[in-house]
Amino acid sequence: MSDIEQIPVTLTVNGKKVQRFVEPRTLLIHFLREDLNLTGPHIGCETSHCGACTVDLDGKSVKSCTLFAVQANGADITTIEGMANADGTLSALQEGFRQMHGLQCGFCTPGMITRAHRLLQENPDPSEEEIRMGIAGNLCRCTGYQNIVKAIQYAAAKLQGRDMQEAAE
Amino acid sequence: MNDMTPTREQREAALEGMGCKRKRVEDIRFTQGKGNYVDDLKLPGMLFGDFVRSPYPHAKVTKIDASKALELPGVIAVLTAEELKGVNLAWMPTLAGDVQMVLADGKVLYQNQEVAFVIAENRYIADDAIQLVEVDYEELPVLVDPFKSLDPDAPVLRPDLEGKTEGAHGPRKHHNHIFNWSVGDEEGTKKAFDEADVTIKELISYHRTHPSPLETCQCVASMDKVTGELTVWGTFQAPHVIRTVASLLSTIPEHKIHVIAPDIGGGFGNKVGAYPGYICSIVASIVTGQPVKWVEDRMENLSTTSFARDYHMTAEIAAKKDGTVTGLKVHVLADHGGFDACADPSKWPAGFFNIVTGSYDFPVAHLSVDGVYTNKAPGGVAYRCSFRVTEAAYCIERAMDILAQKLGMDPADLRMKNFVKPEQFPYHSALGWEYDSGDYHTAMQKAMETIGYRELRAEQKAKQEAFRRGETREIMGIGVSFFTEIVGAGPSKNCDILGVAMFDSAEIRVHPTGSVISRMGTKSQGQGHETTWAQIIATEIGIPAADIMVEEGNTDTAPYGLGTYGSRSTPVAGAAIALAARKIRNKAQMIAAHMLEVSEYDLEWDVDGFQVKGNPEARKSMKEIAWAAYNAPPPGMEPGLEAVSYYDPPNMTYPFGAYFCVMDIDVDTGVAKTRRFYALDDCGTRINPMIIEGQVHGGLTEGFAIAMGQEIRYDDTGNVLGASFMDFFIPTAVETPHWETDYTVTPSPHHPIGAKGVGESPNVGSVPAFSNAVNDAFGFLGSTHIQMPHDAWRIWQAGKELGAHG
Repeated sequence: MSDIEQIPVTLTVNGKKVQRFVEPRTLLIHFLREDLNLTGPHIGCETSHCGACTVDLDGKSVKSCTLFAVQANGADITTIEGMANADGTLSALQEGFRQMHGLQCGFCTPGMITRAHRLLQENPDPSEEEIRMGIAGNLCRCTGYQNIVKAIQYAAAKLQGRDMQEAAE
Repeated sequence: MNDMTPTREQREAALEGMGCKRKRVEDIRFTQGKGNYVDDLKLPGMLFGDFVRSPYPHAKVTKIDASKALELPGVIAVLTAEELKGVNLAWMPTLAGDVQMVLADGKVLYQNQEVAFVIAENRYIADDAIQLVEVDYEELPVLVDPFKSLDPDAPVLRPDLEGKTEGAHGPRKHHNHIFNWSVGDEEGTKKAFDEADVTIKELISYHRTHPSPLETCQCVASMDKVTGELTVWGTFQAPHVIRTVASLLSTIPEHKIHVIAPDIGGGFGNKVGAYPGYICSIVASIVTGQPVKWVEDRMENLSTTSFARDYHMTAEIAAKKDGTVTGLKVHVLADHGGFDACADPSKWPAGFFNIVTGSYDFPVAHLSVDGVYTNKAPGGVAYRCSFRVTEAAYCIERAMDILAQKLGMDPADLRMKNFVKPEQFPYHSALGWEYDSGDYHTAMQKAMETIGYRELRAEQKAKQEAFRRGETREIMGIGVSFFTEIVGAGPSKNCDILGVAMFDSAEIRVHPTGSVISRMGTKSQGQGHETTWAQIIATEIGIPAADIMVEEGNTDTAPYGLGTYGSRSTPVAGAAIALAARKIRNKAQMIAAHMLEVSEYDLEWDVDGFQVKGNPEARKSMKEIAWAAYNAPPPGMEPGLEAVSYYDPPNMTYPFGAYFCVMDIDVDTGVAKTRRFYALDDCGTRINPMIIEGQVHGGLTEGFAIAMGQEIRYDDTGNVLGASFMDFFIPTAVETPHWETDYTVTPSPHHPIGAKGVGESPNVGSVPAFSNAVNDAFGFLGSTHIQMPHDAWRIWQAGKELGAHG
């Protein structure tokens, strides 16, 4: 173990600057979970299919199971741990997922919310079809997606200052 | 009273009790990435275990050389069957009365079988090391097709069973035969068929699939050599059973084993069993004295821990000309893979498949199941169904459609004609069950009216004519499914797991200030027990759900229970919770009587406290009573306010439902589009309608996946296909249909709150609805039965075989 070359990486994670030495083959998801103790992003497949490991990297949704930590050198990363409002209250998306019962076991939720966050940045008022297409890279085994769609609609409405009750119905 | 005094309705609403769409407690942590799953656990000195697996589906293992692996820095040890024999753990008992290799003992029986367990400082080194373990194999002939298992010259899969003519469930008739299980009246059924006006017979296969929760199976085992205590954190749907099994296998006394199931990322049956990974991690921790973590990857999960289904069912129905059914005969060939590790109550080798008479009043029936070995992974778990119930529901619902087609009757009308009638409940089925309650006609009627069934049939007829005229290449199918489930295992008179009766339990402790901690023997994997269990308690003892903490999964603190699977939590633990709460209320009544200086018989319960009959202003709230229970109990009464209840259910519960699927199929591409899917469920009393709806959505999506493409397939040489999310169909939000849900309420008469359980109904009911829709679409072209799964390729193939491609 000691023989393997360690590479320095510097990145910003949830607004904080982080410096570590890593093995070149360390996957970003393992770096986040094991080196930084950010266990919000999960590992569901390690093949980029399930999206449980989704993080926001330089303004893009990225599956951190198929990226090396060294590839993320210099990047600005937000994980689910950085999604709440600055005052610590739940973000519109987090609140939407709870209000609309958009989660059950919670395992896909961090990746799903992180993905939905980027989706709403790119398209603040998506149609149902756009939401479904927009989260197609994130698998959920529990909810059947219908309430996830509603959760994202709830958040979109709230962020746009529209009547949330309407979205909640 | 003054204006500020809350009204009765306000007090009731404040409880957030049963029937309320209470938002989930769990979501606060889950939405912030603060769940606590097994792989999140990190202990000082923790090592990591990983498996060397067999590339061959059937081979002798002639040599295992771990020397190169052991030379790799960071590798601590390599376990093989030889090491495990030293602690008598090379093999382990299965829930089904068979034995299973923990690590390959001389041979392997399926691809990816566990051969050696490498223990290293981290998961990367463990992964490197498994490449360095050299294993010599000698290939053996492979048996993939279960229909060839019992051929006289079929390969011998289990030399360990040589000469054993008696298995756990009676005589074995061949070296690859596991059991035969027969129920019903064979003679009477034969007579019914001899006298029938019409009969049908069809081989209906339910293919092999997998529950594939998003979190795979995993554990951390930690042996404290000083105290002799073992702690195991794991993805356990039944933590207490794991503790008992671990104690029996390891000879560590049960009180020195601490099993903890933290948050679980979905289970669907996958996390009921005990797997080689758990055993090896425990042994590894005992050997090294350090904590050992084992985490399956997705390929390991799909190809080794617990497949589901793989039932090949030959169904025959006898009927009169008018459609009245007079007899049912079913034979099942059950492919169990290399070991019989089916997760059923131990006395039930084919689970509750004898619910196969479904919702219909069959006067006589006979069922026979033969279990066989093949070179496939072991398992046979209930993938969101109660022990082979979904296979049974698929079998009867498909067969009823085939009968309707033969009779030229509408399939919904045929079902209506044969339903068990409301006045027949409790209903004794021909295969031995006592259905507790049901009103099938009302449910079916409501469903047909809501979906506009007759109009859809008229539209379908017009489309078929247009197709025949060459005006369209699209055909339309209407899938009808009316299922009866059997859940809530189970009464100790007929249900146990390795001798442990299948009761469940609850403990409720009211604190002096009127808040509550409660613990159950169940374990949520996403069902939201922390939310719903508190709702039952809130209604029963009048303390707001928000003041009630629910804790599950820690065997040190929770009362012994059999866990969560088979939709058993609400029927069994839900009852225990209500009964424990009622014990508390009974004691509270005596305390309130003392406080109000009246006889307890002069008191009546009112939402959140006791009041004097005829004088509602003289009342004591539960909060006040709780304080008094500790600090000023009636003379002679023991202080405190808590109760435990162990509930042995008197019967199963029988949820039911009417599901309709409307599908449009492009004959030339095989692409099937679900236009509408309507699911009416009757699960008895509804505890949290929001959660019920969520459960139904999830189960429907699983049923959609299974029916329309999800499969664990093997090629002719035993290679497992479909063992990654590239090949194994998990629907995304794009493919998943929009779900319409509905309900009726027929409470269970024997359950304290009338609830029946719902988690699995949507999987059980939707698979036949989807498959019947595909079959219904092609029926007018002359097809009788098209096998699942109905992916676009197979649908296209079906069209081709029927000559529909022109």
